[in-house]
Amino acid sequence: MAQSLDRLKESASQTAGPYVHIGMTPNFCGITGVYQEDLGVTMVNDKTRGERITVRARVFDGTGTALKDALIEIWQADSDGLYNSPSEMRGEADPNFTGWGRKATDMDTGECVFETIKPGRVPFKDGRKMAPHISFWIVARGINIGLQTRMYFPEEENANAEDPVLARIEHRLRVPTLIARRADDGAYVFDIHLQGENETVFFDI
Amino acid sequence: MSADPFSNRKPETGAFFQRDRSWHPPAFTPSYKTSVLRSPQKALLSLDNTLSEITGPVFDHNILGELDNDLIHNFARPGESAIGPRIIVYGRVLDERGKGVPGALLEFWQANAGGRYRHKKEGYLAALDPNFGGCGRTITDEEGNYAFRTIQPGPYPWPNGVNDWRPAHIHFSIFGHGFAQRLITQMYFEGDPMIWQCPIVKTINDPAAIDGLTAALDREATIPMDARAYKFDIVLRGRRSSLFENRLEGN
Repeated sequence: MAQSLDRLKESASQTAGPYVHIGMTPNFCGITGVYQEDLGVTMVNDKTRGERITVRARVFDGTGTALKDALIEIWQADSDGLYNSPSEMRGEADPNFTGWGRKATDMDTGECVFETIKPGRVPFKDGRKMAPHISFWIVARGINIGLQTRMYFPEEENANAEDPVLARIEHRLRVPTLIARRADDGAYVFDIHLQGENETVFFDI
Repeated sequence: MSADPFSNRKPETGAFFQRDRSWHPPAFTPSYKTSVLRSPQKALLSLDNTLSEITGPVFDHNILGELDNDLIHNFARPGESAIGPRIIVYGRVLDERGKGVPGALLEFWQANAGGRYRHKKEGYLAALDPNFGGCGRTITDEEGNYAFRTIQPGPYPWPNGVNDWRPAHIHFSIFGHGFAQRLITQMYFEGDPMIWQCPIVKTINDPAAIDGLTAALDREATIPMDARAYKFDIVLRGRRSSLFENRLEGN
């Protein structure tokens, strides 16, 4: 017998369930007076640097029905490509930008809306620049372990073409599932398909 | 948000250990019916962590209100308290290397003692408790310890099979220090015979992983004439400490 490596196993994931709002967005579901504001609702203030953008996201199941009980968190760099995190060693991120947002999908329309800024480019491990992107984490009833994906920007054709993560997608037909489209009002629309023909690329990352 | 409350520690910047997806529940688990249409059918794309996953939001203790970790009182009218068995849930947040995770934000939510959630989409006939909201949060201390007070939730019927009931459980959302550590899970209670009947519990294949979600009754941490205690440790992904690699960067 060799020595034990003394490692623990990660706690197993379980679904967030249909009442995830109670714990994570209580004000959104009418439990008021406990927390002043739901965490992650506000990502920017009037001093935040960068281009203001709106991201509208929906999550569709295998029949094409929008989930009305999903919860989405996003994580992104500031306009200079720096993360507001203690593990960010390259410099000080914009103190007026949290980089992290959380929204429940609307109980009627299934849409959730993030008011944020367009992120700068962040280097990949080997120093190449990744294209501007926003990381998504999706939980809901029926999802046993949170799904990780990324949203890229449609106007960044050149950056997207050289992005080392997008380059890893063998089936090139699937790359567009990670690229938002621009609505008439200027908002970025990101439709996430959990399964089926247009299934979004999800990562084990 | 970025201010590290434990600034004497060097922030870690390694990638996280790969997730053991045979230990976690798979996406497609047909006995939990909702998973059928909500599970990806294509393989996940595996990638080593980039800065986008190695970094993550960390929260200051100053976001917490005085009663955020006391579900018996945080929704109750002044002088009143929630009805049900009074318990303390405590434990540590560790990573897979056994290191305590300081500054980890935990959020928890649950039904009341009768198994009724305070949510507009919920129609179970058990009554709401006017003094119980069902949400709480806390942040771990320097060693990764946390604790909160609540009432023990009741079991709860749900429309999956004709006669399916959830075991008593508390939902947990946990932030470590990197976005790739994000985790949502559920805590069960030692000795509950319904754990092993539940289609959601049984989305997990390994009984040891289910034991890992089952809190132990701890008589030594019980407060006499006040509240029983349950111990629930949570393990997040470990980080590769890049050993020699770090020296090149002058760390």
